[in-house]
Amino acid sequence: MKRKLLAGTTLLLVLVSFTGTDKKLTERERALHALNRLAFGPRPGDVDRVVKDGVDVWIAQQLHPEAIPDREVEARLATYPTLKMSDNEILETYYKPILEARKEAKAAAQAGQEVDQKAMLAEMRKQIPPEKRPQRVVQELMDQRLIRAVDSDRQLNEVMVDFWFNHFNVFSGKEIDRFLLTSYERDVIRPHVWGRFEDLLMATAKSPAMLIYLDNARSVAAPENRPQRAQRFMQAMAPKNANRGGLNENYAREIMELHTLGVDGGYTQKDVTELARVFTGWSLTRPQQGDAHFIFRPGLHDAGPKTVLGIHFPAGGGMEEGERMIHILAHHPATAHHIAYQLCQRLVADDPPPALVNRVAKRFLDTDGDLRQTVKAVIDSPEFWEPKYYDAKVKSPFEYVASAVRAIGGHLDDPTPLARSLQQMGEPLYGAQPPTGYSEKASAWINTGALLARLNFALALAANKMPGVHADVVSLIPAEAAADANKSVDALAVALTGGEISNATRQTIKSRITERKAPTEDPWDNTQIPTVAALILGSPEFQRQ
Amino acid sequence: MMNRRTFFKSSGLALVAGGLLPNVFVRMANAATTKGKKTLVAIFQRGAVDGLNVIVPYGEKAYYDARPTIAVPREQVVDLDGFFGAHPSLASVAPYFKDKSLAVVHAVGSPDTTRSHFDAQDFMESGTPGVKSTEDGFLSRAIASKSEKDASPLRAVALGPALPRILTGAGGAVAMQNVSQFGIRAGASSNQVQTSFESMYADAVAGALGGTAKESFEAAKILKTADPQKLQPENGAVYPNNTLGNSLKQIAQLIKANVGLEIAFTDVSGWDTHAGEGGAQGQLANNLRNFSDAIAAFTKDLGSRMGDVVLVTMSEFGRTVRENGNRGTDHGHANVMLVLGGGVKGGKVYGKWPGLGSQQLYENRDLAITTDFRDVFSELLAKQLGVGALKSVFPGYDVSSAKWRGVLA
Repeated sequence: MKRKLLAGTTLLLVLVSFTGTDKKLTERERALHALNRLAFGPRPGDVDRVVKDGVDVWIAQQLHPEAIPDREVEARLATYPTLKMSDNEILETYYKPILEARKEAKAAAQAGQEVDQKAMLAEMRKQIPPEKRPQRVVQELMDQRLIRAVDSDRQLNEVMVDFWFNHFNVFSGKEIDRFLLTSYERDVIRPHVWGRFEDLLMATAKSPAMLIYLDNARSVAAPENRPQRAQRFMQAMAPKNANRGGLNENYAREIMELHTLGVDGGYTQKDVTELARVFTGWSLTRPQQGDAHFIFRPGLHDAGPKTVLGIHFPAGGGMEEGERMIHILAHHPATAHHIAYQLCQRLVADDPPPALVNRVAKRFLDTDGDLRQTVKAVIDSPEFWEPKYYDAKVKSPFEYVASAVRAIGGHLDDPTPLARSLQQMGEPLYGAQPPTGYSEKASAWINTGALLARLNFALALAANKMPGVHADVVSLIPAEAAADANKSVDALAVALTGGEISNATRQTIKSRITERKAPTEDPWDNTQIPTVAALILGSPEFQRQ
Repeated sequence: MMNRRTFFKSSGLALVAGGLLPNVFVRMANAATTKGKKTLVAIFQRGAVDGLNVIVPYGEKAYYDARPTIAVPREQVVDLDGFFGAHPSLASVAPYFKDKSLAVVHAVGSPDTTRSHFDAQDFMESGTPGVKSTEDGFLSRAIASKSEKDASPLRAVALGPALPRILTGAGGAVAMQNVSQFGIRAGASSNQVQTSFESMYADAVAGALGGTAKESFEAAKILKTADPQKLQPENGAVYPNNTLGNSLKQIAQLIKANVGLEIAFTDVSGWDTHAGEGGAQGQLANNLRNFSDAIAAFTKDLGSRMGDVVLVTMSEFGRTVRENGNRGTDHGHANVMLVLGGGVKGGKVYGKWPGLGSQQLYENRDLAITTDFRDVFSELLAKQLGVGALKSVFPGYDVSSAKWRGVLA
């Protein structure tokens, strides 16, 4: 009975249990901890290298990714054509053929031809050559994210890109956002990851991807609240449209709830509506015609007086109202707390210690939202290095996949199959539909089905059966160790986890080996190494970081 | 308007016109096929579906005043009771309303004031609106409260890649994305490898806590033996090829395979219609058609087994009564729930209707709540699954059968 009642939470406990000790981390543990939290896990030899060079030196380098050359990855990414394209170039290349096909199908239907518009469109889409198909854009974007997570030397940069993209999540399935995410990640997220929070917030607010995702591109003043001149102009030029359109609260709510203040940040429904009025007219050029640029449309901005969070804006304001609110939101103490909490949750623990969060929030406020200083405040804290947080976080699917490929020293020939694995594990890249993004907490990721998906991934990966990745796990350990069953397990454990596996796990794996053959035979041969590696990659230890 | 007469003609049910017959599934039930096991299937419409355009109060002028471009015209609803009508996209499930096996609860929801998707979903799934510290989900507590000897590891199943909040906890629910792929894939050595994984997770912590991994592998074994995947849709049911269709098809397979399923959960997103929602046609109409067709296929597929199944739909909150500036709707308050299956006293829209006049709205913008979603679930859990400890399922709530709407017999 007791067992039954506890069963549901067991898995989580298994995975987040840690050895409660007040001993300080050894230098090797410090290196591994840094590689797990500030990178996507160690590659073969990484722990030794970081210990040798010094953990603090490695961290200092990672905090300045611009000084890390990363030439191989750069060269590889240069072969992906869409990664260099602007929004408009992508729209021109990948969206226009669809638009034209649609137009043709419609024209055919209007001309009275008996056509099935849907079938005709499908046929026309098939005729688009593969390199021009719209799915290519997000595919290349997913590929670059996986290539960078696995192979980039700017590991902490990639961790922070993952964090900030998720914080300012945009879903690729929303309208034409699948064409706009390339620039969103490259031009909006990446350049600001080590900059000021306000700049990042402003860049997202004016980004075509976000303006579409949270509907602000469409949010306009109610007709009676528009500037008089604009009303008269519309009545004269387009009387049919003069009374159309109005507020959309979506962005105003999420910028406060998710991007800045946090859900308990003290705003009201009235604040949401008023802030939506502030952001009216923050819009786009003509994305449906292949031109997506931020534009402020004064004629659609709410000209009335407004009050948001107690700040009064007199009638007749313009774009500066929104910019002022972004400044205020970016510097609000609730925002500092919210950002600090989330960073600590990502880097330290699912339930981060409040004292740490407060200190990091203070650093955020003291440095004008300098994100490098804020991240540094987390890493420099005693809490970050406390043994009780060592190995205390469960990897997200993205972290799991990237760290497993890194652990086996896998060569990424084609990242696309890995992207599919992430989908099966519940974390498709660019595929989070709600503005919340993906959860940072273990409880969201650990369940029996997801665990089985991880185990199956580990089995395929270690057996060199994962398409797109090749690896030779036998080469990870010295030939002398590979010749012996017990030594193999121990050597692989160190090679793959960079640290220790529990005795229980070691015993389980060892008994698995010896059971395999009749006692008269030598139970060990090299062909078992992939299975041993899979069991280690599937072990509770490797789910943690 | 599709009236009763044309409806019955078109659905081939002219013989039972007059609505005097009981729930169609009660008539059909023979229980032999489900071994009498009762199942509750819950579908969460994530993103806050616009309940006012799902079950339309077409008899209320204020509805049309508030929605100049996205109201569903009177002439196009499937009339339910002379005041409410179903969106035309619900054409495939609406016949069950006439059959008295589909009931509607309107103006229902979670009383917390939040209009955050995340918080509202969290509160609804934890079953404790306003309380963020609740660690488990209410369906998990419901399962846990009914301890059974030799209970199946597949008592509670969520279709999807992650275990949802609502089933997190001591109930021991299993999440699976694909029934046929729930197991270890290591070729000939699958069983041995599975045993190794099992013991790694079992031994990782001391005795009493070890077991979940074991249970999930047991579940995998049961599934392998039962091979539910081979159970193809029956009665000519055709599931739409979408996520919900695939999930419901697999839930039907689990029910048919008699693996001991009591609670099944799945979710479907795409309801956050801030812009271009559409009325009788458009974005919401398309989503609703997929939704309705998946449920109708499930119902048809299970046939007489539906006598032992109740399906219920939920969503975190409703949407604004007035359409917004983009022919869409923003985050609101009360919503609608559909309840379908055996034992349902269908053919009726339950709940007190608060009205849509300005004075009647919640915070002058949203449909007010007159039924707490916990009252609906209390009744379903008690009557369908025999859950007795409702106070532990909904802690801090005054659970009382007096507040039940009488949706189930």
